[in-house]
Amino acid sequence: MADIMFAGIGGQGVLTAGKVLIEIAAENGKNVSWTSEYSAEMRGGTALCRVVISDEEIGSPYPDLLDVLCCMTESAYDKYVDVMRDGGTIVVNSSLFTRTDFPKEYKVYGVDTAKITSEEGNGRAANLVIMGAMLKATNMLDVNEFEKTLDAYFAKKGKSNPSNIKCFRRGYEEAAEM
Amino acid sequence: MADFKLMKGNEAIAESALRAGCRFYAGYPITPQSEILEYMSANMAARGGVFIQGESEIASMSMLWGAAACGERVMTSSSGPGFDLKQEGISYLASYNLPAVIIDVMRYGVGDGEITEGQDSYWLATRGGGHGDSRQIVLAPASVQECADLTYLAFDLAEKYRTVVLLLSDGGISQMIEKVVLPEEKEHDKSKFDWAIKGYKELDEPKVKVTNLDRSMDYDEYDQMMRDKFAEMHENEQRWEEFMTEDAELILVAYGISSRICKSAVRRAREQGMKLGLIRPISAWPFPKKGFQNLPESVKGLVTVEMSLSSQLGLDVRMATEFKVPLYGYLTSKYVPTTQGIVDYCKDILAGKVKELEVF
Repeated sequence: MADIMFAGIGGQGVLTAGKVLIEIAAENGKNVSWTSEYSAEMRGGTALCRVVISDEEIGSPYPDLLDVLCCMTESAYDKYVDVMRDGGTIVVNSSLFTRTDFPKEYKVYGVDTAKITSEEGNGRAANLVIMGAMLKATNMLDVNEFEKTLDAYFAKKGKSNPSNIKCFRRGYEEAAEM
Repeated sequence: MADFKLMKGNEAIAESALRAGCRFYAGYPITPQSEILEYMSANMAARGGVFIQGESEIASMSMLWGAAACGERVMTSSSGPGFDLKQEGISYLASYNLPAVIIDVMRYGVGDGEITEGQDSYWLATRGGGHGDSRQIVLAPASVQECADLTYLAFDLAEKYRTVVLLLSDGGISQMIEKVVLPEEKEHDKSKFDWAIKGYKELDEPKVKVTNLDRSMDYDEYDQMMRDKFAEMHENEQRWEEFMTEDAELILVAYGISSRICKSAVRRAREQGMKLGLIRPISAWPFPKKGFQNLPESVKGLVTVEMSLSSQLGLDVRMATEFKVPLYGYLTSKYVPTTQGIVDYCKDILAGKVKELEVF
């Protein structure tokens, strides 16, 4: 159904974003796989995860072509834009992007994660903002269902926080085609 | 789907071992298997079992030997240069016909190599273990579900044949998260074995003198028993999966993480009109020779796909096909093969641009 990558730098929550996504997709009856790449630093080094969501048995958990690329940094975009499938969707964290021109063969959405997370006082939720934007850009899963499962995900971990859901919802609502 | 969990391959191995009744684990940390050790340290006590982080791989292996002799379901795990250090222990476990499960989460490269995905230890795992010439069953999972299922099976096979069973995982399968349905929890009764050491003086349990560890039998009789056991395991425990082989022009041969990419390559090639198939060994020893006995007439060649420097699988495939079928090898060393890389390589084979694999 979709080969997805969340890429950025350590500390931005890209690995967690992938974990949340597979949890929700799995609850919705999909097959899922999650693999990660990160450097030795807890913060600052490059970090990414690859997620495959499928109705059929998953072959490679390391897709060499992507349907969806979520970039928390411009360097992640530069590195992985070449492995996009035609017609694929790119979601960018516009707070850390200077680029404004994008290839026409992709659907590109942007969202200002820094603005939303600072207004909501939840500096660690940039990944949730990007997930909201990704859902808007792809319509992959129903947003209300997703929000419910997201709430349950944090509650299960004892980290229930209304501002998490708010950040996700604002990412969904404020994401705009670029 | 039944009640699933999302787990890493390593976690599924550890949880499945506990559910199989494993109550003794000793090991030493090394990437990429450390989650197994961590999971055991966090969860063994609640099951009333023993977790020990030994001072080294060798010490852990010796502890395993002792616990196995007492009839416990025992497990250790390691990777790369740590797995080397288990070899002496494997040989001794084999000599006493003691059941034990050993996990090798392979990485890549000679010496320290790399700590990431790789398939460095096929030869070491499948050609015995330690000195002497024992054989042990080697199972190679290709998904998180198989990490759970094959670990569970490994304990049963270890007891059935009184042998070491190796689970040959790798950095890719061990670190990825997938859905898994875990097996049922069961209790192991260590008193059921007539060969196990029993009794504990401090608890006033009568000591049972050990007379029946198999070294007590006649040497020639012992040798014959060992030979018969190897032959029986070889005959009965070959496991493999065939994927779209019926009409294939080229059949990929791969296990573990490489086989997952191969599955995608088979699908993509067929979308483009090239008929690929896959034979995936699930038992690396015994190598599934039977899976190669009735290859379709359409087959022009076999292609091993491996994350290693040399083709470690190639010789087994050559033997299974009695050197009659052209063989090629796509060896990607420390790089996980890509779907397109495999497809392109196979196109080149069919275009006559690739030399056959020389195995040595």
